[in-house]
Amino acid sequence: MLKYLVKRVLFMVPLLLGITVICFFVMHLAPGKPTDLQTQMNPKSSAEMKARLLSMYELDKPISVQYLSWLKKLARGDLGISFSSDHRPVSDKILERLPITIVINFLSLLIIIVVAVPIGVLSAVHQDSLFDKVMSVFVFVGFAVPTFWLALLMMILFGVQWGWLPISGLRSLNYEYLSTWEQMIDLARHLILPVFISAFGGLAGLSRYMRANMLEVIRQDYILTARAKGLSERQVIYKHALRNALLPAITILGLSIPGLIGGSVIFETIFAIPGMGQLFYMSVMARDYPTVMGILLIGAVLTLVGNLIADVSYAVADPRIRIS
Amino acid sequence: MFYKNKLTLAGSGIVVLLFVVSILAPVISPYDPGAIDLQNVLAPPSAGHWFGTDQLGRDVMSRMIWGARISLKVGFVATGLAIFIGMILGAVAGFYGGWIDALIMRFVDIMLCFPTFFLILAVIAFLEPSIWNIMIVIGLTGWMGVTRLVRADFISLRERDFVRAARAIGASDARIIFLHILPNALASILVAATLGIAGAILTESALSFLGIGVQPPTPSWGNILTAGKDNIDIAWWLSLYPGLAILITVVGYNLLGEGIRDASDPRLKR
Repeated sequence: MLKYLVKRVLFMVPLLLGITVICFFVMHLAPGKPTDLQTQMNPKSSAEMKARLLSMYELDKPISVQYLSWLKKLARGDLGISFSSDHRPVSDKILERLPITIVINFLSLLIIIVVAVPIGVLSAVHQDSLFDKVMSVFVFVGFAVPTFWLALLMMILFGVQWGWLPISGLRSLNYEYLSTWEQMIDLARHLILPVFISAFGGLAGLSRYMRANMLEVIRQDYILTARAKGLSERQVIYKHALRNALLPAITILGLSIPGLIGGSVIFETIFAIPGMGQLFYMSVMARDYPTVMGILLIGAVLTLVGNLIADVSYAVADPRIRIS
Repeated sequence: MFYKNKLTLAGSGIVVLLFVVSILAPVISPYDPGAIDLQNVLAPPSAGHWFGTDQLGRDVMSRMIWGARISLKVGFVATGLAIFIGMILGAVAGFYGGWIDALIMRFVDIMLCFPTFFLILAVIAFLEPSIWNIMIVIGLTGWMGVTRLVRADFISLRERDFVRAARAIGASDARIIFLHILPNALASILVAATLGIAGAILTESALSFLGIGVQPPTPSWGNILTAGKDNIDIAWWLSLYPGLAILITVVGYNLLGEGIRDASDPRLKR
């Protein structure tokens, strides 16, 4: 087990390097420089000043040199200084925004599991029932709905028409004057729509996957054996079948992490949530290379760690994997 | 099976309808999609403007009809590029195996464990946002699934007798790959392409919605939705209709794709 873990973690290093190389080169090969914004807006800027700005940000050196110096800094845990006007360290900027993004993604993963697994299992157990049919329509539509559109509709319905839920930000204006208990409720109310929206996309995928898995497991011989020895239907389904059907779902959850993180750009921008996705959007717009690279790196690390956790828990849960 | 076939039929109906609408856009759109009418700003749906007007008084329905062209173009070009790359890489990996296979598949792994949407966003914002850049970037980040599919098909096919026969009569590798094995993998490629178009349309609309996709005044379903968000408290029609169009389009392609899959793979028939 330990050997497997070490091997997996070691394998992550070249993978991460590969990802950073691709990002760095793609970004820097794109035409235009981040300093263009500053120099083009300023009528007094001369060619000399432009060159000075470029050398200040080390943008006049060859890309490979820039990449190596970025890598060297990274080895010391330094992600560089943001190009934006606040000139703060990138790691500070990301760290203060990372928790809310992780909390929202974690909550939506939780919701996905809690809702999608029962849907999938019930659909499979009562195959071709009305429930199964309704759910398969729901899943099909769920795959096709643009989540940002769903977010807009929810905002119109719950926020504008009925006024039940706040539609932007994390806190109400009077947040400071509320008691601790009220503050928590306020935060929760702000989180309902974003978490629902971010969970929605994954719901369809996992419930469909669970249904297919369950259908396959139910046809296995050991389920026939369980029935033959007279176990109740309940025990057969929830003890023998469910456990085996749940296993591969762990991997699917791991694979859904990049989608969740990518989606956070969309819903954080729509709901004005000060998280990593929003920072990414703003940095991309401002051509803030160090911040963009930092977030791409963090996103890749989160994804790899998520995949690792998924694979390890799979190995823990399934002895067949551990041996091979 | 009939139930399934009806759905497939509905899917192809939607896709055909989209083609017709796109081709006939200049004929059927009731107004010029760019015609500004400041007397009639943000008018709710009415007999004159079925889907209402936007913040510049432009007819939303006409803009959506022209927007269908954009989705169609993006869907086909982006997916075509992804299929082309995926087909070549998958064929080479599956046919030759060994270190070439390992190299290509590791590259696929890298691309897969990446929040692709982040990468697309970064690249498009750094290049000028334009419809061509969007199509290329969506294509360049969407080929991994196809690579895996084609590789799996090639691995299962490359030891078959007809491949050995071709080799025995001295056919070149390229000939075996493209003329003998690839036609057998076409069904799964076609399914992947149909589903890929749906995905590309979704991505384009999300990018346009964020303001880094198709740029106004060119109408696209995504950038009409941006106007919907800006006027969310007064003009629900700007949000509702373009999103419905995206939803129906994607459902159409998905139904068609699943239909082709069921038809081409008899094992899946119950």
